[in-house]
Amino acid sequence: MRITKLHGLAVLVTAGITGAIWYYYPFSPARAQEHKASPGEDSVLKTDLYETSLMFPWRRDVLVLTPWLAPIVWEGTFNRDILNAQYLQKKAVTGVVTFAVEKYIQFIEGFMSSANTYFLAGHPVNFYLFTDNPEKISHIQMAPENHLFVIPVQNDPRWQDISRSRMDIISCYIQSQFQHEVDYLYSLDINVQLLAHIGVEIIDALVATISSWQVTPQHENKGSEAHPEAQSAIPEGQGDFYYTASFYGGSVPEVYKLTRACSAGLREDTENGIEAPWHHESHLNRYLLQHRPTRLLSPEYYWDPELSPSTIQVKRMCPVHQHSQRQRM
Amino acid sequence: MISRKVLLASLVCLGGVAAVIWAVAGSGKVHYLPYYLPCPEIFSMKLQYTEEKLIQLFPQLFYQQPRVLAPKRQDVLTVTPWLAPIIWEGTFDPEILDSAYRPLNLTIGVTAFAVGKYTRFAPRFLQSAEQHFLRGYRVNYYIFTDSPQSIPHLQLGPGRRLLTVPVQKPSSWQEISMRRMEAINQHVAKQSHGEVQYLFCLDIDMVFHNPWGPETLGDTVAAIHPGYFDVPREQFPYERRSSSAAFIPEGEGDFYYGGAVFGGLVRKVYELTKMCHMTILADKANGIMAAWQEESHLNRHFLSHKPSKLLSPEYIWDDRKPKPPEIHLIRFSTVKKNYKEVRN
Repeated sequence: MRITKLHGLAVLVTAGITGAIWYYYPFSPARAQEHKASPGEDSVLKTDLYETSLMFPWRRDVLVLTPWLAPIVWEGTFNRDILNAQYLQKKAVTGVVTFAVEKYIQFIEGFMSSANTYFLAGHPVNFYLFTDNPEKISHIQMAPENHLFVIPVQNDPRWQDISRSRMDIISCYIQSQFQHEVDYLYSLDINVQLLAHIGVEIIDALVATISSWQVTPQHENKGSEAHPEAQSAIPEGQGDFYYTASFYGGSVPEVYKLTRACSAGLREDTENGIEAPWHHESHLNRYLLQHRPTRLLSPEYYWDPELSPSTIQVKRMCPVHQHSQRQRM
Repeated sequence: MISRKVLLASLVCLGGVAAVIWAVAGSGKVHYLPYYLPCPEIFSMKLQYTEEKLIQLFPQLFYQQPRVLAPKRQDVLTVTPWLAPIIWEGTFDPEILDSAYRPLNLTIGVTAFAVGKYTRFAPRFLQSAEQHFLRGYRVNYYIFTDSPQSIPHLQLGPGRRLLTVPVQKPSSWQEISMRRMEAINQHVAKQSHGEVQYLFCLDIDMVFHNPWGPETLGDTVAAIHPGYFDVPREQFPYERRSSSAAFIPEGEGDFYYGGAVFGGLVRKVYELTKMCHMTILADKANGIMAAWQEESHLNRHFLSHKPSKLLSPEYIWDDRKPKPPEIHLIRFSTVKKNYKEVRN
């Protein structure tokens, strides 16, 4: 039989149709996988933004791991996308505790607006605002996933009692309320402003922030006690880092233990007539010496703007006051 | 001769059938005949674990203050992008960690497979472990073997026990490798979950040369393979065939982890061995074996479930490789052997 053009056309058309079927209809399971949308969790856990190489640490100028193997969080040490994916799997809620009494009410608006923008953006956060003047607080615009709880407190006449009562208040409220509402809790000073993202890299069991004084040279350990009987005295030769009381936190059970221990220590000091300078910060440091934090935040996370930056690439949170001396809170 | 009409008619029919198939396949999901994998009942078992203890209290210690601006190791990465520590010599203080972990009264388990000709490696493994592995801690050695009589019962330190676990003699060395996950998983379910808090799964054809301490304890621990720690991820020997359940596409991957060392909390090891065993079974059903057997499946698992602690190649070294300057101390490495002879 002679092969005509029509035969050739028939073969071509058949081949074309067969090829089209083969391409679009996956006969093998693997091809089906390629067409299936990849699961959301897998795609977010890709580290394609930065290629991780074991031979090239991103930060060579600073310590990124403590001797007890707690990571120290600096810009460049973490990939927030991976951490976000891991945090979402935990389905956790984080809370923020802050105090605004007397004239500190003026800082509320600045704090809340910057915190809504930069603190754990995209994740649900409960802000617990303790104040002695709830009526004076004007309406605050909150991000849709965040909640604000305004809790009235009485102000202490003596500044020395304020810090102890705050530790007391936090531990009481953890027991009665917070433990049922949040998994992680962080205590922040109200007179701060957030300037860059503070994200889920802060989430861990017990987290403390290294004081910015530690990064500047020729600074002695701030807060070493003159009174050895003071509960918060840290003896010479001990102490890893000096932590600031302006930003600390962790899982609710750990923060509860910390606040209970600190308020007990403060109470004992008061009974013995000892008033330690920088009060609750000293007790915090004492506690953290014996119960070492599982994660440390670099001074980026609470940076005193009066100090000149050297290794600080990103200033995430700065106090707002203008005075050269720290206000006793 | 076929008439033109018949030809055209048949072509139109073919086109019509093709269009119908196209429409059906393109719109709906692809259905396959389900393959019911054998599901051992232990996969649905809920275990009662011995309580895990968090680090509680650090006693008083005197040591040099760590300096924020003075990193200990500047030549290597010591923290992963998901903030898991990478353990190198110099990154940790063994005294601090010892003081934190010893009071917890932990028991750490070690699994090792000495099957067939690999039983000859057991004596050196155990002897060196007695000298270097978590000295001063309670340790249970679980040696999985098909000939328990060939495992010597050495004199062990106080609080340390040796238990042999009988396994069937497999057909090939790849089979041994593939069955490890299942065996460990079943053993955890039946026995070790009640006896130990942490479990390490190690290869038997290796020897400890330097201390292996509590710096290695963590929720999920993986070790970086010595052959691939300084190469880009495109060169990692991941399973690259998309039909395998251990498939990792180009452009993905953090590190290449070695199959000779992994571990963590006993419930985490239970979960990870279960998941790896399931992916191995899925591959078996599809008639495919991953490029590096269970190591490929382990790497696939650790890509989606990132380890909470990484061990540098100090903890999983290959003695055939020359020691680079980044490796200050070799703690655990392979024994020189004739691969052809042993893998017969």
